[in-house]
Amino acid sequence: MFVLRLVLKNALRHKLRTSLTILGIGIAVMSFGFIRTIVTAWSAGVEASAATRMITRHAVSFIFPLPLAYRDKIARIPGVDQVSYANWFGGNYKDPNDWKNFFPRLAVDDETYFDLYPEFLLSTEDVEAFKKERNACIIGAKLAREHGLKRGDLIPIDGDIYPGEWEFVVRGVYRGKDATVDETQMFFHWQYLDERVGQTQPMRVGNVGWYILNVKNPDEMARVAQEVDAFFLNSRAATKTETEKEFQQSFVSQSSAIISSLEIISIIIVGIILLVLANTIVMAARERTREHAVLKTLGFRPFHVIGLIGGESMLIAIVGGALGLALTFPVVGGFAESFPTFFPVVELQIMTILLAVAVAVFAGVAAALFPTIRTLRSRIADGLRAVA
Amino acid sequence: MMIEVENVSKAYHRDSIEIPVLNNISISVPEGEFLALMGPSGSGKTTLLNLIAGIDRPDNGSIVINGTDISRLNESQMARWRADNVGFVFQFYNLLPVLTAFENVELPLLLTRLSKKERRHHVESALDLVGLGDRMGHTPKQLSGGQEQRVAIARAIVTDPTVIVADEPTGDLDKVSAEEIMTLLERLNTEYRKTIVMVTHDPRAAEKAHKFMHLDKGELS
Repeated sequence: MFVLRLVLKNALRHKLRTSLTILGIGIAVMSFGFIRTIVTAWSAGVEASAATRMITRHAVSFIFPLPLAYRDKIARIPGVDQVSYANWFGGNYKDPNDWKNFFPRLAVDDETYFDLYPEFLLSTEDVEAFKKERNACIIGAKLAREHGLKRGDLIPIDGDIYPGEWEFVVRGVYRGKDATVDETQMFFHWQYLDERVGQTQPMRVGNVGWYILNVKNPDEMARVAQEVDAFFLNSRAATKTETEKEFQQSFVSQSSAIISSLEIISIIIVGIILLVLANTIVMAARERTREHAVLKTLGFRPFHVIGLIGGESMLIAIVGGALGLALTFPVVGGFAESFPTFFPVVELQIMTILLAVAVAVFAGVAAALFPTIRTLRSRIADGLRAVA
Repeated sequence: MMIEVENVSKAYHRDSIEIPVLNNISISVPEGEFLALMGPSGSGKTTLLNLIAGIDRPDNGSIVINGTDISRLNESQMARWRADNVGFVFQFYNLLPVLTAFENVELPLLLTRLSKKERRHHVESALDLVGLGDRMGHTPKQLSGGQEQRVAIARAIVTDPTVIVADEPTGDLDKVSAEEIMTLLERLNTEYRKTIVMVTHDPRAAEKAHKFMHLDKGELS
């Protein structure tokens, strides 16, 4: 009890120094939590991948199309339960320089696509309305919120991969089954895309971007992938089949340099927290050399000294960490609002919070280590002679 | 004998240089004695005091205090022995600045099994004895040098120690305050029969002692 009381009084002895240290730790912990959240958001698609879904794409690159004729052949491979397909559409919505206007636009098979993605929650009425209209589209709830879109509204798109003026009517709004589902996408009929392309670029007709396979048993994924790719090995478009997670991971790995940089920065931040706190604790312990010597003279034991120095370090680290975490929530929230569609799933995860707490506790312990050892090793007689 | 120092030597090491401080010192101090150790700076007075108080160890020889050979105690035993047997008065008072006079005096009692109520009683008695019963809630900053030293003396006597060691107790005080402190120490010796070993440069302070010892270059003269 005495040690706790003295820890508190010591921490408040230099109020400005303690406040600045707490603020420094708070900002560093907030930055750490924020960067970890971005790294997590970057790989949100990987985390949200289904265990039974696979993707078949062109063996050379994702940007080369595959013939629609592959669908039935893939469906006949043993172990494949369902097959659907999709196409990246691209295009520009309003001002292309505004991040808010970027969102994924996909042409999908209206009959099968949503069966393979049960995480997109849609009402029967929306699905029926979507199927009935040639240029209908379904959009995510977050996208609808961000742009104030509702059923019946028109979405004009200026085509780039598929040139021309496109106009889609919102006929459905899906919600994600949980927070990890991207609610910023737009889906429309692949048939509509194929028909329009056929009018101007007949050579591009009958192509899809990739196939989505649902397998009955996840244990068979390796065999299914091997059989699909072997089947098309000598075709005009060889394929590469992989799990949805691997497919998503390949996109994330394109940004691996950025992600690695962010991870390195987060480690540097841990170092900064440690240095800021260690500086304060080393100074405090040095200033109190004589006081610690007096306490040892009076019969106080090493664990009292450990409690005094370590306790002050932990107190500052924990208060700074708590401040940092409290700041992280609004900062992450503000970031999510600024880039709603570029980072569709921005969530401060429990693991990030636990990591931030662990970083603060680690800094508290590590910063106290050196001054505590030095104080314990110093002779009482030397300590009594020390000048603060 | 309350204090028996036999053939004690002590040297300090600075880098590779050995600096002898005490050379084969032997002294005996009976119970209730008030001993003043005098001598020029660097003569080894404070080192001898530290050895008697158990906050340093001799290189050779033995120190027996009230029947306990403290040179044989380990760090943990020594800390407990100091808490039970020695009261310390320092030149610069060495009070903890964030604690009140009451809390500073209470410090040594926190290591005992006394209840809060008993501790309060002891602290109040000690502060009353040094004439600061009305300053219990004051922090060192709110006290004069003489008052701070009186709080330090209250802290030294609150556990009713066998021996009080005082290192230049008047060294940082004006003449009047120094006189008050010496009168207080003399009273502790005569009325409460405390054995006191005091290091001082001040001849007026030394006059209050019953016995003088003069150290020069680590030897008694």
